[in-house]
Amino acid sequence: MRKTLFDKVWDSHVVRRVENGPDVLFIDRHLVHEVTSPVAFLGLKSRNIPVLYPERTFATADHKTPTRNQQLPVADPLSANQLKALEENAGRHGIPYWGLGHEKNGIVHVIGPENGITLPGATIVCGDSHTSTHGAFGAIAFGIGTSEVEMVLATQCIMQPKPKRMRITIDGKLNQAVTPKDVALFIISSLSTSGATGYFVEYAGEVFENMTMEGRMTVCNLSIEMGARGGMMAPDEKTFAYVKGREFAPKGADWDNAMAYWSTLHTDTDAVFDKELIFDGAAIEPMITYGTNPGMGMGISGAIPSSENAGSGKATYQKSLAYMDFNEGDSMLGKKVDFVFLGSCTNGRIEDFRAFTDLVRGRKKAPHVTAWLVPGSHKVDAAIRSEGLLDVLQEAGFELREPGCSACLAMNDDKIPAGKYAVSTSNRNFEGRQGPGARTLLASPLVAAAAAVTGEVTDPRKLMQTQTIS
Amino acid sequence: MAYDKFNTLRSSAVPLPIENVDTDQIIPARFLKATERTGFGDNLFRDWRYNPDNSPKPHFVLNNPLYSGKILVGGKNFGSGSSREHAAWAVYDYGFRCVISSFFADIFRNNCLNIGVLPVQVSPEFLQQIFEAIEKDPQTELEVNLPEQTVEIMATGAREPFDINGYKKENMLNGFDDIDYLLNMKAEISDFAAQTPL
Repeated sequence: MRKTLFDKVWDSHVVRRVENGPDVLFIDRHLVHEVTSPVAFLGLKSRNIPVLYPERTFATADHKTPTRNQQLPVADPLSANQLKALEENAGRHGIPYWGLGHEKNGIVHVIGPENGITLPGATIVCGDSHTSTHGAFGAIAFGIGTSEVEMVLATQCIMQPKPKRMRITIDGKLNQAVTPKDVALFIISSLSTSGATGYFVEYAGEVFENMTMEGRMTVCNLSIEMGARGGMMAPDEKTFAYVKGREFAPKGADWDNAMAYWSTLHTDTDAVFDKELIFDGAAIEPMITYGTNPGMGMGISGAIPSSENAGSGKATYQKSLAYMDFNEGDSMLGKKVDFVFLGSCTNGRIEDFRAFTDLVRGRKKAPHVTAWLVPGSHKVDAAIRSEGLLDVLQEAGFELREPGCSACLAMNDDKIPAGKYAVSTSNRNFEGRQGPGARTLLASPLVAAAAAVTGEVTDPRKLMQTQTIS
Repeated sequence: MAYDKFNTLRSSAVPLPIENVDTDQIIPARFLKATERTGFGDNLFRDWRYNPDNSPKPHFVLNNPLYSGKILVGGKNFGSGSSREHAAWAVYDYGFRCVISSFFADIFRNNCLNIGVLPVQVSPEFLQQIFEAIEKDPQTELEVNLPEQTVEIMATGAREPFDINGYKKENMLNGFDDIDYLLNMKAEISDFAAQTPL
């Protein structure tokens, strides 16, 4: 029988099919962070059982770590307590732990690929919905709740009904300044935040094939924002080249064996999907969101849609615009921006910093804008320095903070104040997501850079055309 | 962690007719700092429920004494966004045992099932009937019958069936959790792991 990429990976990890119930799915690699794990470890303690395969488990601190003075003790006692709990739990169970200041520390979905933990054909889970990021490598990767974290710690398995299959195909050539983030925001705005609920998505077509691994990670990262359990892409030469030689990737004969398996990881011709969607890459322009969920996005030169299109959700839609203090029909261009956030598991990789830096090169940060530039990991931070990007950023009036999730979910001190507007490269514009009362405009690193230097929502193409000043 | 058994629940309900209620609204990230799973109910819908000075917002439904009960009724696409199980814990800790909506986000639904809160998906039309019944009489009762897989508006007798897979239904009826099941198949798992390279 013809199989999809998703079927191949899922079916090869089923330990048991429960009659009239979920599949018992074996998990190859489990990523753990400080926020969603303590209660799971508490569960193990109360059952008096160990972590079954600590060598398949990796722990890092990212969600609430400060992005300044990480060498000092964490000031917030609750955060410090949670970080200490993870360190102790990891130590007790023999799990590698990359805490604050460790060279491998960083956002869990950035460090997985960086260290070769993320592999094609693997099953990967983490107590974080953006685990879908790892699907960029042809892995089945998805976020889980804390009860499920406990299951995986205890048994390396999880019980899941098999999702349906969806394929999203985009061919065509992307326009200037259209980045993987824009492609993802475009898809989400077309599908809504629940359009792919119940599905696992495969991305196919030349737009995704032409992306770098970083770009593919950005797209897969945002799969959850259309409701999908995860998203994945068939691995190719770019994938293998990225993985090869990384610390936790297979070596020698193991590599050859792995390659033999990985080269089978593609959807067979004529395999059937439960749903297929096709878009034209050339129709996408740089995107920005105007509301309080990631589906409320549009091309940056557009106008905020009328609530008449929202159907039964009209009241919710109007509530959302009221929170943002925007009106139907408004243009986003020219709206004042108070904060810019570059970072997160969506856009906190080296390529994102390159794009941002290229656009601000030779320009100056707008005086009224507060910009938080937060690398996804220490390795990203090191690359920013070694590639000379830091000098350019500093020359333009920006400073670099230390790695972590930061203002994406504002669990640390990086909170956008109430009522202020932030152009953010992160993944969620929910009410209060970046701080109580904060107003988030999701966009690409290029749109963020354009806002940072002009102080208002600006089409990055405008700046790219005139980029001769130095 | 085993949880409460669920059989039949008859209760008044709290209406929240808003679509796309995300888990950041159910419990904002700044309240996820505990290392235990109790106490989250106080911060359920924190920023809709309280002003920044911690005074209650009188118009929010949880602050309206007319509405109470063990059933929360939400708009379409309830529980989207973050995978934080704290959202389900907050719903439970506040006192709800069942959430009714016309559509749930996947992870939130799983999280509820894993802690003994029953997610009940009904048709958009039936959801509307429930909202209307509560609007007419805030203390109107709903009956959620898990063995029969039905939900009924007692005042009107309107009733609708709902889906749940057989395995999860047994778990909910008996208060079992998945870990008990998985621990019983350890040998099968270690055989599988032995054939699966790291």
